[in-house]
Amino acid sequence: MNLTLRVWRQAGPDAPGRFETYEATDISPDSSFLEMLDLVNEDLIGQGEEPIEFMHDCREGICGTCGMMINGRAHGPQSMTATCQLHMRTFQDGDELVLEPWRASGFPIVKDLVVDRSAFDRIIEAGGYISIDTGSAPDANLIPVAKQDADLAMDAAACIGCGACVAACPNGAGQLFTSAKLAQLNTLPQGQPERYERTEAMVEVMEEHFGSCTNMGECEAACPKGISIDFIAMMNRDYRKAKFRNRRSA
Amino acid sequence: MLDAKTPEGPIETKWENHKFDMKLVNPANKRKFEIIVVGTGLAGASAAATLGELGYRVKAFTYHDSARRAHSIAAQGGINAAKNYHSDGDSIFRLFYDTVKGGDYRSREANVYRLAEVSNNIIDQCVAQGVPFAREYGGLLDNRSFGGAQVSRTFYARGQTGQQLLLGAYQALSRQVKAGTVELHTGLEMLDVVVVDGKAAGIIVRDLNTGEISRHSAHAVVLGTGGYSNAFYLSTMAMSSNVTAAWRAHRKGAFFANPCFTQIHPTAIPSSDEFQSKLTLMSESLRNDGRIWVPKDPDETRAPGDIPEEDRDYYLEVKYPAFGNLVPRDVASRNAKTQVDAGKGVGPLKNGVFLDFADAIGRLGRDAVADKYGNLFEMYERITGEDPYQVPMRIYPAPHYTMGGLWVDYHLQTTIPGLFAIGEANFSDHGANRLGASALMQGLADGYFVLPYTIGDYLAPQLGSTPVDTSASEFDQAEADVKAQVDRFLATNGTRSVDWFHRELGKILWDHCGMERSEAGLEKALSEIPALREEFEQDVRVLGSAETLNSSLEKAGRVADFFELAELMCRDALTRRESCGGHFRVESQTEEGEALRDDDDFAHVSAWEWTGQGSEPVEHREPLEFEYVKLTQRSYK
Amino acid sequence: MATKVSHGDDAATGSRRTPFLVELYRSALGKKYLMAISGIVFMGYVLAHMLGNLKLYQGPEEFNKYAEFLREGLLTPILPESGMLNLLRLVLLVSLVVHVVAAVQLTRMNKQARPESYRSKRDYVAADFASRTMIWTGTIVLLFVAYHLADLTWGWVNPAEAGATVYDKVVASFSVPAVAAFYLVANLALGVHLYHGVWSLFQSLGINNRRFNHWRRALAVGFTVVVVGGNLSFPIAVQVGLIS
Ligand SMILES: Cc1cc2nc3c(=O)[nH]c(=O)nc-3n(C[C@H](O)[C@H](O)[C@H](O)COP(=O)(O)OP(=O)(O)OC[C@H]3O[C@@H](n4cnc5c(N)ncnc54)[C@H](O)[C@@H]3O)c2cc1C
Ligand code: FES
Repeated sequence: MNLTLRVWRQAGPDAPGRFETYEATDISPDSSFLEMLDLVNEDLIGQGEEPIEFMHDCREGICGTCGMMINGRAHGPQSMTATCQLHMRTFQDGDELVLEPWRASGFPIVKDLVVDRSAFDRIIEAGGYISIDTGSAPDANLIPVAKQDADLAMDAAACIGCGACVAACPNGAGQLFTSAKLAQLNTLPQGQPERYERTEAMVEVMEEHFGSCTNMGECEAACPKGISIDFIAMMNRDYRKAKFRNRRSA
Repeated sequence: MLDAKTPEGPIETKWENHKFDMKLVNPANKRKFEIIVVGTGLAGASAAATLGELGYRVKAFTYHDSARRAHSIAAQGGINAAKNYHSDGDSIFRLFYDTVKGGDYRSREANVYRLAEVSNNIIDQCVAQGVPFAREYGGLLDNRSFGGAQVSRTFYARGQTGQQLLLGAYQALSRQVKAGTVELHTGLEMLDVVVVDGKAAGIIVRDLNTGEISRHSAHAVVLGTGGYSNAFYLSTMAMSSNVTAAWRAHRKGAFFANPCFTQIHPTAIPSSDEFQSKLTLMSESLRNDGRIWVPKDPDETRAPGDIPEEDRDYYLEVKYPAFGNLVPRDVASRNAKTQVDAGKGVGPLKNGVFLDFADAIGRLGRDAVADKYGNLFEMYERITGEDPYQVPMRIYPAPHYTMGGLWVDYHLQTTIPGLFAIGEANFSDHGANRLGASALMQGLADGYFVLPYTIGDYLAPQLGSTPVDTSASEFDQAEADVKAQVDRFLATNGTRSVDWFHRELGKILWDHCGMERSEAGLEKALSEIPALREEFEQDVRVLGSAETLNSSLEKAGRVADFFELAELMCRDALTRRESCGGHFRVESQTEEGEALRDDDDFAHVSAWEWTGQGSEPVEHREPLEFEYVKLTQRSYK
Repeated sequence: MATKVSHGDDAATGSRRTPFLVELYRSALGKKYLMAISGIVFMGYVLAHMLGNLKLYQGPEEFNKYAEFLREGLLTPILPESGMLNLLRLVLLVSLVVHVVAAVQLTRMNKQARPESYRSKRDYVAADFASRTMIWTGTIVLLFVAYHLADLTWGWVNPAEAGATVYDKVVASFSVPAVAAFYLVANLALGVHLYHGVWSLFQSLGINNRRFNHWRRALAVGFTVVVVGGNLSFPIAVQVGLIS
């Protein structure tokens, strides 16, 4: 199949950017979207043009490295699918694809389609963990966890930290990412002691970097792991309680 | 002869006693020591976090944009531990025994025993961190049997065990970053180890986004930089996984052990065309319920579902009645190759075998199967466009794990004092073949429970010393070398992309140093690789500048190292004239075509010393002695 | 070993602690929480307002009696005359200020979170028209409320002659086609605003239970249809002469 690509090219963080048009020819429908870009890059190198920089690593939808806007959708047209898992059979011969980087002030552009998502790390550093030193844990089965809690925690923990939620959100909000980690840790019995401190700290760092949630649900729709906005509601509840309790105990 | 410094005494108490015998750094003095940890995968992140908790001052480096993204994240199946929660006869000794046996008797007993011993602490630690392992209805931890084990000792978190364990370690690391004990540097690639007075003194790193090169010194350097399966180009590894850190340490004097011990995993999705960039693994756990077969007739044209039982060859079940579809990876892989080579491959390119769930769905119901493997099925369908609930999956072996790596002693120290290697980057524990669910276990064992103790023994005598000043001439030299290489790539201005060379190199390795190795093939590879490398040096085209993100430039450095490594892999494979585990030499097989070990001549570790490009490396041997495990010819009949 | 997240400022200021709601309001999550609460106040208000106005259909007497009752009858004699009405007005006013100021502040925050918007056309999947236009539907409703008060409460712009009854004022106003049209548009905007707002407040308040979640949308739709349906009927009834 043959496609036309309009790709955002930007030489560096402060450089001006623009769309460039490229043709992708003779693409197999069985190849992946990123393999299509590999081929375009091979051609560009052949012609002496700098290849397009894009983010990727595992290419199986788990590391959360990849991601870009494809025709106005984060990670492209297929739901529950990261960019690297998209296959060309999802597209039609002759399609035009517009590729743009994630845009959010919390995700500054590094080059072309590559952005810096370290704001997510700052959120986790604020409290996205259970404080337990290595070697001090009791036997694992001393802490029974109801299966439904374990399952719910796992649903939340499935987040790959790709940033599609922020990218897709019309407000550039980081709620889905933050709430997923909170829901995982706040659901498990191990996470209870720090529950409210964690919630308050993570939310506040989140708000330094990202926008606010107006419950549009675009994040959930873009999430390659289908993380539910129910977790955002949980976070909101815990945050209010946290504010109340932390005041009392401060 | 290499000395592994294995402690004396009975194997059950070696580690305990040794922990007592090692020198300690007292808590108040720990903050006087600086440690560099390169790599924040399972091994690196767990080590950096633990060292930080202990009070050391840690600098952690990763080329990833976040410590949450290391290749470890892709592990699906699970992690082993000898908890014996199911009272099915498991024990530390059994896990130890299985691992040594599974590794085809090419690993060091004492290390493996220690691994089995701390396996239980890992599960405790991870559960306490909030890793959402699968649970039974009673709320206790669930287990499954995995990859040839005859007991249920594998803990898992859906099909995302590696992700959850890595995130656990990443969170522990983040906590230390917050606490100020760990300084975390992301997006920085280590390009050299600096050795001063024979000891590791620091590293040179390059910022991938800005090209800035910087120097860092410390009292000790730890490498947790992962495996080198990407030497094959097509593998199940993440695209950026590479050997550079380990290789540059090797060039600085660290011996590289058993480079030819690579694992080819039996259940990857076959490639669909020649531009395939990587292979996707389907978790080995699928073999618990899926049945592997090929049509008996190479010219079969019927749809798989229409082929009657009598025309199917369930070749593993037939050949290995006791283990059936659960034979170890190397055996399953080689048998798949035999079938495909005999023309019985399935799929459009006839490059796979079937993994069929029809029976399991009939027996357990679609829901139960979906519950266990749902996300894997989805992944498969997304890639191939075929629904595995309806049509059997197609699988084929793919390079997946490298047992070889930097040689380390019992303390996980390389042959350069002060340089340690952990996780997949070192060679220890798995011998010639790794059992399923054991890599996660080893990475975390090294990082959480072994290195943080053994490193103290190296550091304690240095109390009062400061790290070498980064203005030392050794740092100047190392930095100049790194810069020179970067400039050379940009100046070459040849005609072919880095990926092209990588692909070609991969083909040579896969053909001659893959699932089957022969003297003639290896000799051929050893003449082809240097020729291709020569071409690479003159004809590679790297565009752009060194001052912004430039992934071709990054790759060029990595591929240059793969070239040198590939040669060593072939040389090692050539020298080891026996078959063992993942290393199958056609000259050494039983009458039934099984791997035939030669314990008299090859019960040793081959550790190679770098002597310069173009000059033959020197082999050093560490003999392996087996006191507790009886050497037998592996048999899975 | 918990690494305590420090509350440095609080500890230093000791007993002089800011009130809980103020503290909550400082965060965007808290603002949303208070927007939800004030939203609920408005929901109660628009529902009551619509139900009360149904008395228009019972004729001038009933309607004027109802207007009188609102002013005097509510909870008197416990409260002084008009006391309850003023109290309600105060609650509404505070809610309005909170709702509007928070909305403006959050909108500004969201703009800052994406200073450079996408150059290519977005293809929304879940974000519907209602949710993306809250600030605009809200503005329309706000402008309308100002006009509505000037028209019927203070009578500044009311076409009826001085001393007219409330009923007459309403009829006079709705007889002007432009006013009726404005009223219709504003109520449609209110409907769109409610459609998202009523659903959304459950999320903001953290009222979430997988068993009941599917009722949230149904409630939003039902509530919107009732309130807006009722409201829309009044100017139409006046225009077609059903009420005169
Ligand atoms: C698809 C797949 C599935 C698997 N499933 C299982 C399983 O079910 N069970 C199991 O036990 N094992 C499994 N394995 C194996 C296991 O995942 C790996 O062996 C293990 O995770 C390796 O961990 P590590 O910490 O040693 O290295 P990695 O996770 O590879 O981490 C390497 C780290 O080093 C950094 N790094 C490398 N070089 C440099 C440099 N030069 N400069 C700076 N940083 C550098 C990287 O950024 C990264 O942070 C699987 C492997 C694959 C490929
Ligand atoms: S590249 Fe890892 S999730 Fe897409």
